[in-house]
This record gives sequence, C-alpha cells and structure tokens, in this order.
Amino acid sequence: MNSISRRRFLKIGAATAGVAATAGALSKFTKQGVKISSNIPEKGIYTIPTYCDLCFWKCNAIATVRDGKLWKIEGNPIDPMSKGRLCPRGTGGVGSYYDPDRLLKPLMRKNNRGEEKWVEVTWDEAFTFIADKMNKIKSEYGPEAVALFSHGIGGNFFKHLLKAYGSPNLAAPSFAQCRGPRDAGFRLTFGEDVGSPERTDIENSKFLVLIGSHLGENMHNTQVQEFATAIERGTKILVVDPRHSVAASKADWWFPIKPGTDIALILAWLNVIVNEELYDKDYIGKYAIGLDKLKQAVANNTPEWAYPITGIKAEVIRETAREMARYKPAALIHPGRHVTWYGDDSQRSRAIAILNALMGSWGRKGGFFSPVSLDIGAYPYPEYPHSEKGKVDNPDNKYPFAHETITTGIREATISGKPYPIKGWFVYATNLMFTLPNEEETIKAIQNLDLMVVVETLPSEITGWADVVLPEATYLERYDDLNVEFFKEPFVAIRQPVLEPAYETKPGWWMAKKLGEKLGLENYFPWKNIEEFLDTRLKTGGYSLEQIKKVGLIKGERQPIYFDEGVTPEFPTPSGKIELYSEQLAAYGFDPVPRYRKHEEPPTGYYRLLFGRSPVHSFGRTQSNPILFDMMKENEVWLNKFVADKLDLKSGDYVVLVNHDGVRSNRVMVKATERIRQDCVYIVHGFGHTSKGFVRSRGLGASDNQLVTKYKIDPIMGGTAQHLNFVSIEREA
Amino acid sequence: MARYGMAIDTTKCVGCMDCVVACKTENNVPEGLNRDWIQTIVNGEFPNLTMEIRSERCNHCTNAPCVSCCPTGASHYHDGGIVLVHHDLCTGCKACVASCPYDARFINPEGYADKCTFCVHRVEEGKDPACVSVCPTYCMTLGDLDDPNSEISKLVKSKNNHTNLPEAGTIPNIYYLIGDNND
Ligand code: SF4
Ligand code: SF4
Ligand code: SF4
Repeated sequence: MNSISRRRFLKIGAATAGVAATAGALSKFTKQGVKISSNIPEKGIYTIPTYCDLCFWKCNAIATVRDGKLWKIEGNPIDPMSKGRLCPRGTGGVGSYYDPDRLLKPLMRKNNRGEEKWVEVTWDEAFTFIADKMNKIKSEYGPEAVALFSHGIGGNFFKHLLKAYGSPNLAAPSFAQCRGPRDAGFRLTFGEDVGSPERTDIENSKFLVLIGSHLGENMHNTQVQEFATAIERGTKILVVDPRHSVAASKADWWFPIKPGTDIALILAWLNVIVNEELYDKDYIGKYAIGLDKLKQAVANNTPEWAYPITGIKAEVIRETAREMARYKPAALIHPGRHVTWYGDDSQRSRAIAILNALMGSWGRKGGFFSPVSLDIGAYPYPEYPHSEKGKVDNPDNKYPFAHETITTGIREATISGKPYPIKGWFVYATNLMFTLPNEEETIKAIQNLDLMVVVETLPSEITGWADVVLPEATYLERYDDLNVEFFKEPFVAIRQPVLEPAYETKPGWWMAKKLGEKLGLENYFPWKNIEEFLDTRLKTGGYSLEQIKKVGLIKGERQPIYFDEGVTPEFPTPSGKIELYSEQLAAYGFDPVPRYRKHEEPPTGYYRLLFGRSPVHSFGRTQSNPILFDMMKENEVWLNKFVADKLDLKSGDYVVLVNHDGVRSNRVMVKATERIRQDCVYIVHGFGHTSKGFVRSRGLGASDNQLVTKYKIDPIMGGTAQHLNFVSIEREA
Repeated sequence: MARYGMAIDTTKCVGCMDCVVACKTENNVPEGLNRDWIQTIVNGEFPNLTMEIRSERCNHCTNAPCVSCCPTGASHYHDGGIVLVHHDLCTGCKACVASCPYDARFINPEGYADKCTFCVHRVEEGKDPACVSVCPTYCMTLGDLDDPNSEISKLVKSKNNHTNLPEAGTIPNIYYLIGDNND
C-alpha cells in the first residue's frame, strides 16, 4: 500500500505564478461585489426563479438580488418538492456563489499527475488539448476508451457529448456506491424502482419504518417535510439504527440493532406476518406470487431465532409485526438511500420490498404512490453511433442485475485493461476520491490514463489528479437542462442564471458544445444557444421558455397516483406479478428469498465505522461554503459514553482513527454519547478535506472514505459495500 | 396591544439549522455569529433515551433585563413587545450582553448589540420571520399571545409546553411545545 499518495496534499490554483493572479482575482470577486446579469438593475429588489443544485432533490427556488447583490434563496411556493421551503443547504446556496475557494479559470497540469502544479490556460487551449487527446484515444483504442463519471442533472450535456463521441461508458456513483442495491431489490420484487425522489408517501403513512435512514439528518427536503406531517398526525414510527438518530428520538420504537443484522430482523417480521396471516390477503392474492415458498423459506426465522443475532427481543419483534400489519396498507417500510453497507444489500432491500408487498403498500396511499410526469420530449438529436464493444463495467454480465453502469467496474477496467482499455476519464461534479471506496485503486486507475478532465466549481480532491480542470459556473450562474420530475404532481422546472458567471467560469452546456465542435460533432449540437435548446424541448409539451422563465416551473393536471384512484396495477417482472419468491434470482444461483448470513465482527479494540449525513452539508461539496461552514466546521466521532470512559476520552478531545489496514485519519473530535452502541463509531461523511485549494475546510474532521479500504461487492448488482471497516481509536499525539 | 411570541414544537424540530441559515441570509448576520441556534438535550442511558431538540433565540422577554440595564435607551420594547436595539444609540458597552440569561446577544462587528428581532421588518409586512417561513418541519409559529384566538395561543393552550429559565423572572415569550396536553 502506497501511503504517500494517500496522504498527498492536493493543491489547486495555489501553486506557481498563477497564485498571485488567482488570489488577486479572488479577493476582487469576494470583496468588490459581483457582476450581475445585465437585465438586473443595480438598485432595488429583483427575484429570479430557478432550481436548487445543492443536492439531487432539485427543489424549486426563488433567488433574491438586492442592490445588485445576491441576498437570499427561498423555496418557490408553487413547488410540489419544496412547498416553498428549502432545506438548510438550499437556503445556504448563497454561499456557493460567494465561496472564496471557487475555481475561476481553466487550468492545465504542469508536472506529474497529483502534484498539482498548474498553468492557467484559455478555454480554447484547454479544448484543443482535450480534443487532440480524445481523437488520439479514439483512433488507437476506439471511442469506448473514454468514460464519464457524473453526478446530477448538470452532467446531461456531457453525457450527450460522450454518447455522440461513441462511448457507452457513462456512470454515476449514485448507483454502485449508493442506491443501486435498493433499486435492484425493488425491481426484482415489483418490477420497478422506487425512483429518485423516492415514491414514498410518508405524509399519509400510518406506520413508518426507517431502517438506517436518518431522515432529518439527511435532508431530502420533501421527505423531511412529510416526516414532520407524519409526526403531527400521530403516525407510529419505528426506527432501526445502531445510533439514536434524530428520527429515533421521534419514534415510538427505537431498535438499536447490532450492525449487519437487519436482514435477520426483517425475516423475523416476515415469519410472524406470514404465519399469523397478517398480510393483505386480497392484495397478495391478486397481485403476488410465491407466498407458499416465502413461508417455507422463513419458517425457521422466528423472532426467538432473531433475538440473539440482532439484540432485539423476540416479543418486541412479534408485537411490532402485528402493530405494523394493523395499519396496512399505510404501513411504509422506507427503502432508504445510501444502502451500500455489507455486500448483501440487494437482498436486504429485497427483504424490505417483500415486507412492503405483504403490507400491500405498493401503489397505495400511505405507501408507495405511482409517480407522474409531464410529457416533455427530448431534443431531436441525430442517432448516436453504435458501440460494437458494449459497456466495459460489467464483463460477462458478472453482476446480472446491474441495470446501470458501475463506476467501480470502469475503475477496474481502467486498472486491468480488461475487457478493453479505458484511457480517458471525464469527471463531472463528483469527487471520486470521496465517493469510490479504496482511494488507492482510484489513484492506480488514474495513473493508467492518457487523459483526465475534471469539470468542477470547487477544487475537490479529484480535481488535483486532473490533466485539465474546467471551472464551471455555479447553478446560480447558468442554465441547465430541464427538470422533468416524476413525483406526486407532474411538473417541469427550469434552472436559469441569476447572475453572470464569475470570472472565466462557464456553464457546462457551453463547454460540451464547444468541445463537441472541436471534435467535429457539431451536428450533435445544432442549437445556437441553450435558450433555443430549452425552448425546443418545452415546445414539445406545448410550453415555452418565455413562459417558464417567469414562474420557474409549470405544473400539469393532477393525476391519480394510487391504485384506489384508478392507477392500473402493473408489475413489470417476468411473471407480471409481485415476486415474493424470485425465480430470476434462483436462475442465477442467488437466494430466491433473502437469507441472513453472518458478517464479520470487529476484533477487540476495534469498532465498526458507520457514516451518515448532516443536514447542513451535501456529501463533500459544501464544507467550504462560508454559510454552511459556519453551521458545521468539522465532523465528530460518536463514541459510546462507556467506551469513551474506558479509553479515558471525553467530548472535545481529539483522536485519530486507525483502520485495520493501518490507514490513519485526520484528527477528529470525540463526541462521547449515550446515543450509539458500544461496538461501532459514527462520523458524518464529507469532511477531512486534503485539497490545498480548500483554504477553509482543509484538514478539518476525518474522512470516512479514506478509512474505507475494505469493501465487498454485491454479487447481484455490483454495488460496493462500505460499512465493513473497523477502526481503533488513538488519542491525538 | 399585541404581545408577540413564538411557539416551537420540539416534537417536530429535527435540528436541521435551516432556521439559523435563513436568519443569516435574511439579516446579513456576520460570519461566525448567529442570532439563533439549536439546543439538543439528551436524557437517560443507552438504550433508554429521550431527546429534546429546540431552536433558540432571544425570548423577547416581557420583563427584559437587557432593556432595564441599558444605559443609553438603545435596548427597548418595540410595538408588540418585540425587544429591539437602536443601532445608533448603542455604544456597544455590553451591559445587555452580560444581563441576558439566555446568551442571546452579541456585539456586531459594526459596534452595536445585535440579536434576534423577530424579523420585525418582515412581520410588519405581514410575513413570518425568516426562520419560521423556512422551517421544513413547520414547527414554529409566531403570533399574538394576548389574542386567545390566535394560532399560537391555541397551541400553547392545547399542548404541554415550557419556557426556558422561567426562574430568571424574565417572563420569556418563546414557548417550547412538548406534546399533547390530554387533560
Ligand atoms: S433538498 Fe435541499 S439541497 Fe436538495 S435540492 Fe432541496 S433545497 Fe436543495
Ligand atoms: S428549521 Fe425547523 S426543524 Fe430545522 S432546526 Fe430550525 S426549528 Fe428545527
Ligand atoms: S432573551 Fe435576552 S436579549 Fe432577549 S429580551 Fe430576554 S434578556 Fe433581552
């Protein structure tokens, strides 16, 4: 293991002659006010609707400019997502514009990769360099050899560029590192995903189960709002979490489960529900198959069996199974998000899906609604070239139920050159050093590349490994693609610039178009500008750009969203029914009904490292935002009070976490608390930045990702499980 | 005469700090300082725990020591009992900062005592304060405590509640709701 590369500090824009220029520009940018769009007066108050980019939820917002300065961002009252109230990150979006660490000019690598010596270049120089490399890669290895990693809707234009260029290798960490196992588990059961935003009808639920999902700490705005409504309405809430989360503090039951044993708990619930015939008989009879086989499969999974495994008392499991069933079909077992924990995550998600099926909650009020959307067409592009080679990430269909591209599969191919070499990476708005497990492998892959381009607004750690850094304008300074949402009410929303792009930053669409033209792909970019692109798309639905610009979003007619309201129950599985027993899984040698398998436990002196979210930060993307920084500067390591006493540590002490491979974290503050089990520790993800470009946030807190050297791959869909790492605790020297 | 107060339902508050962020942008609160903040109180031992999360700020006390101790008259009661500071009269002597039992005040870098104003500039336009209007759990209510028909009066009457440090004799006007009042 090469610890030098791991510990290397990344510096962006902070080296060489560029420093002075950048620093000068920066202070001018932050101190002397901002350039505003030409249509905004210098005096008075002006509002512009747009949609938020602080996370993937895409709440509709209204930005207010006062006397030529961005003042505040509030929710758009007509928005079904935010209902006029943004989450703390969205409210703090002002800070992403005023972030003094922003990238402001295109940069090219001067020395070795990762050494972060840069020269500032013009956009044209950057594009010429990239296009030359891409042409060379295409002629030597084929267009498939350039891959794209992207996150969020802003990646759409780069996806289009890479498809036009001829690559099928486009991936987002949100699949293999986050929600993929859940989607696979629900697809295998109902034939459909739960979607993003999830189709959970929390506000109408009467019994809500959260398994490792800390709503309120993870701010999926609409869900948090609905969660509050549920509390107000007296919904019974059951939280399964090794940690006394905020949600746990609102719950009627908190199960401080032993980590890694959730499947055993769910199987025990299934056992009670099936044996006592507490399921929705009518619904199961009409829509599901495999009940008998399910019954057989869970016959031995009694609550008494589950107790020593999970630590949850048998009578409590039995009582809560009955209680849950009493509220069916408005009993919602939340599917979660970021479910890549132990390597059998698709099976855990399937167990959750089966439990929901027995409650009859799919398609029902208080369960999972059927999302609706507006009929807005795609832009009429010419057909993309066909790739003979196919995708690189999942050779021989090794992970048979991977329905999206696996980022880590692309990384693997980049290292091994198999099934064919990958020579170029485009990275859009995703800090791969913080999202992919095992940093070492990411670095190894990058070292095999002929081209590494990063499009970013901030000098994130991955930016430090780039050949070319393309500084994007923030969401407040650009148009993006339309958000045609699938949710309770159909709507289409626009992101439009509130301010002009700062310094030399540019919107992604502009970069994609310019690069496309350099690559001779101009027929894939027939629109003159983004306005024309958006207007063309909107016209397909009978709307116009002019119309939407004023209001931010256009809603369609309300439509039925539950079976009871007239939605036709459809289950696009092979049988056309809900599959309680999965022939599909059986055919590939997987358990057709989930089974509990024991996971490794931490050796003495070690604790399982768990990680999660803070309401004021999005991944590792907001720590330098001046407003959100003020809310939370560093993360803390949660340590059970008893354990802390034993180690002679108290809240406020600093420690270093050392994992089983000897990797040491940054210093991190102890939070000695009763709110966590003794066998695990917890930190919030996204801290412990190492990039020198992060003047404010660098070195504050610990990065969970650095400590995730060990991961397991979900054999069903290729997700990388990351809750398998153990750490010991050393007092800071 | 109205007596403005706030009811904050701790059973719904998730401690997300959106109220704090919204206050910062709305009122241009300088970096490193806040007019409102979150308090989390944990009781019990693992696994038998209870927790109260609440958003705190100036209580706009009816009997405010910050007003009575102010030597210049800068700290004063505004209409509706809202406690405010005249920036131009304030010398930044910090008497009020010391006298407030809730630690609700700070000295703004511009030299005057600063704190929550109940967003009086918004309230007088008929809007809610920024914290109230942003809260994703809808847990805050601002209103007239003297009007028995106001939403806030009804909440305070129908739900169990407490104020902070009632023993200080300040008569705080922020009420924390802690569940249904079933008697
Ligand atoms: S949930 Fe928060 S960060 Fe995400 S889009 Fe909505 S307001 Fe923005
Ligand atoms: S915004 Fe609302 S839920 Fe969030 S901390 Fe403030 S009061 Fe609590
Ligand atoms: S909370 Fe403090 S600052 Fe506010 S009115 Fe009472 S004493 Fe004055």
